Amino acid sequence: MTGLAYWLPVVWACILGSAIMIYVILDGFDLGIGILFAVERDRLRRDVMVQTIAPVWDGNETWMVLGGAVLYGVFPGAYATLLPALYLPIVLMLLALIFRGVSFEFRILTRDGGRAALWDIGFMAGSGVAAFCQGCILAGVIQGVTVSDGAFAGGPLDWLTPFSVLCGLSVVCGYTLLGATWLIWRTSGDLEVSVRKLAPALAASLFVAIVAVSFWTPMLHAPYLTRWTAWPNVLYVAPVPVLVVALGALFLLGLRRAHSRTPFLCVLGWFFLCLSGLAITVWPYAVPPTLTLWSVSSPPSSQLFQLVGTAVLLPIILIYSVYSYHVFRGKVTEADVHH
Amino acid sequence: MLQSSHDLALLLARFQFAFTVGVHIVFPAFSIGLAAYLAVLEGLWLRTGRSVYLDLYRYWVKAFSVVFAMGVVSGLVMAYEFGTNWAPFSRKAGPITGVLLSYEVMTAFFLEAGFLGVMLFGMNKVGRGLHFAATCLVSVGTLISMTWILASNSWMQTPQGYAIDPTTGSFMPADWLAIIFNPSFPFRLAHMGLAAFLSVAFVVGATGAWHMLRARRQGEPVAEPVKVMFSMAMWMAAIVAPVQMLVGDAHGLNTLKYQPVKIAAMEGDWVSEGRAPELLFGIPNMKTEHTDYAVGIPLVGSLILTHSIDGKVPGMKDFPRDQRPPSPVVFFSFRIMIALAVLMAGLGFWSLFMRWRKRLYESAALHRAAVAMAPAGFIALLCGWVTTEVGRQPWTIYGLLRTTDSVSPIVLSNIELSLAAFVIVYVLVFGSGLGILMRILGRAPETGEHDVNETSAGEILGGRAQSAAVRAVTDDGV
Repeated sequence: MTGLAYWLPVVWACILGSAIMIYVILDGFDLGIGILFAVERDRLRRDVMVQTIAPVWDGNETWMVLGGAVLYGVFPGAYATLLPALYLPIVLMLLALIFRGVSFEFRILTRDGGRAALWDIGFMAGSGVAAFCQGCILAGVIQGVTVSDGAFAGGPLDWLTPFSVLCGLSVVCGYTLLGATWLIWRTSGDLEVSVRKLAPALAASLFVAIVAVSFWTPMLHAPYLTRWTAWPNVLYVAPVPVLVVALGALFLLGLRRAHSRTPFLCVLGWFFLCLSGLAITVWPYAVPPTLTLWSVSSPPSSQLFQLVGTAVLLPIILIYSVYSYHVFRGKVTEADVHH
Repeated sequence: MLQSSHDLALLLARFQFAFTVGVHIVFPAFSIGLAAYLAVLEGLWLRTGRSVYLDLYRYWVKAFSVVFAMGVVSGLVMAYEFGTNWAPFSRKAGPITGVLLSYEVMTAFFLEAGFLGVMLFGMNKVGRGLHFAATCLVSVGTLISMTWILASNSWMQTPQGYAIDPTTGSFMPADWLAIIFNPSFPFRLAHMGLAAFLSVAFVVGATGAWHMLRARRQGEPVAEPVKVMFSMAMWMAAIVAPVQMLVGDAHGLNTLKYQPVKIAAMEGDWVSEGRAPELLFGIPNMKTEHTDYAVGIPLVGSLILTHSIDGKVPGMKDFPRDQRPPSPVVFFSFRIMIALAVLMAGLGFWSLFMRWRKRLYESAALHRAAVAMAPAGFIALLCGWVTTEVGRQPWTIYGLLRTTDSVSPIVLSNIELSLAAFVIVYVLVFGSGLGILMRILGRAPETGEHDVNETSAGEILGGRAQSAAVRAVTDDGV
């Protein structure tokens, strides 16, 4: 394979990976805030929690739409294989995200009727189920899919394994921590104090989860193990676990010294390292363990046409997304939500 | 047995897709129309300084926030359902339709999402000019989004600019301009865009009419914002409804050229002939190849379709049985759309007449008719959508890829389960959304309407007065 036919899918895999990473981080704290409704019962504080993300959640979720669209346009073979294979967790995730998404508006607008409490539950359960399903979907890809003639040929529950349940729980745990540290950064007073107290236990559980997934993943397929243990690969990948531990230490330090932003940034770092690690593991497969990036990609004419637009549009999108965050910067207080 | 279970899975997969996209399509259409209306209102406010426009803006932006959220969540489903339900289609057409969808995401969805926050929550955080820019960008985003998705849909109806890979059967893009500007695209775009504007105009008009009727019943004066919204909506009805008919006619001629069998099915015509009648009623029978109980007007069929009395119109018998769409469905969906179009244009003319007689705000009969026709635009839009989508069967990509060859290898139990879940969740969520929307619109707009994020349910539900006038509207110096 030469030239464009080789490099275009590689470039696109990086773009897709970045889109997924951005989605996971941005919607991760949105979903985490929903999950934290489980421990925060006060209506006013819940309103503050939601207000920190209300102006930006829609943009955050759009990264998932981009991920789906890029997979569809650039790697149609993977889109057409993975989605039927992961049918149930994907449908369940979409339904959960429906509840989560409409609850932003509905929980405010139904207040004083009897229904607001129900939409709070919708927001919480929708966030939790969506997070769990995303973990299962991720695991479903990593553990691999039965393929024959380039199409999905397995059963409807192939994705459901102890590994996928572990990944589902890990993502729930990770998003909750991300949400908690986001609130440490963006809120003050009692709310900030209460999430600060939660953070160490959440971080400890996530650390255990990361370790468990890290040791389990290489056992799934032989090439995964070789990727991490063969010489000289070890040299290149060794910094990943080292950095995970270093960030954990920095996290605790930031928490102890009452930094407002450090804990959040450390958790971002964890997510970055974990997703990078998984990407390194499955490379160059789009549908492990059989279909590579190149075997599922669309013709170069499609990829090139889309790349030109992406090169122009993505930087613009990033600029105005940052602007949108900038407009709503600063700590959100109870005075910002109205009653 | 296996064959029949595959057929049932196909049917349910189609039904699930039609149901989810049918629910979805209403919200973007609503957003397209309403975002444009909001941009106009804010623009008028900035230009004239009349606070009535700001009151209306704040009134309708609440409805917009609900409608937009429902559009986002139902739209996310669509981005993944192509793959879950139509895997072979996605695999083959992804190099074209997937790329168009990606452009939609990058040029439209991010734009809308990026500025929606400023539009809904930023009135006190950014300047007036920037806020207006945000509203305009959201509106432009909805229009760009419509453009891409209709380019993609139109390409599936009238495909061109592709080559077929001999080994995989995939559609390879050969000429992107030809793909985007395919023959049915301009007509479909204009027709859908006007449909969105018209649908929203009828909802706005009905809301205004409702509050005028209520004020009259209670012996109260009609608030200025109510009059203004009704008047604006009736202008739209009077102007856009007739224009939409002309565009629809042009769209029909285009369809006659590229999908003649769709036209034959819509008209219930079996035999190709000149001087054909236009059927007002009938029950097309696919088995006997005859339209039963037909009631028609002589010659008008040829006149409408070809703009000439002698013009030859197609018949379904010109086409093999396995290439004919189900005529009974499109025959009626088309007629319902046309009937509603006539009623909408009629209401527009009636309002012009009343305006001329200076009774626009007094005529209770006109107001009652406007209330009754609140959903007319949306029903017509859905009927038009059924006509064009069912009318292109049995193909997903017209003449090239059959629907039966497009469906995913999903086991029947999966699709049964997910279909049930979709129906339950959609009825629950979007039913609640509709209820919330009705309550928002059931409250009359006031002079000095509150900002969206300062409104709490108490006001919307007509409950106690709110102390939240704290950070009131006056921040903007109005």
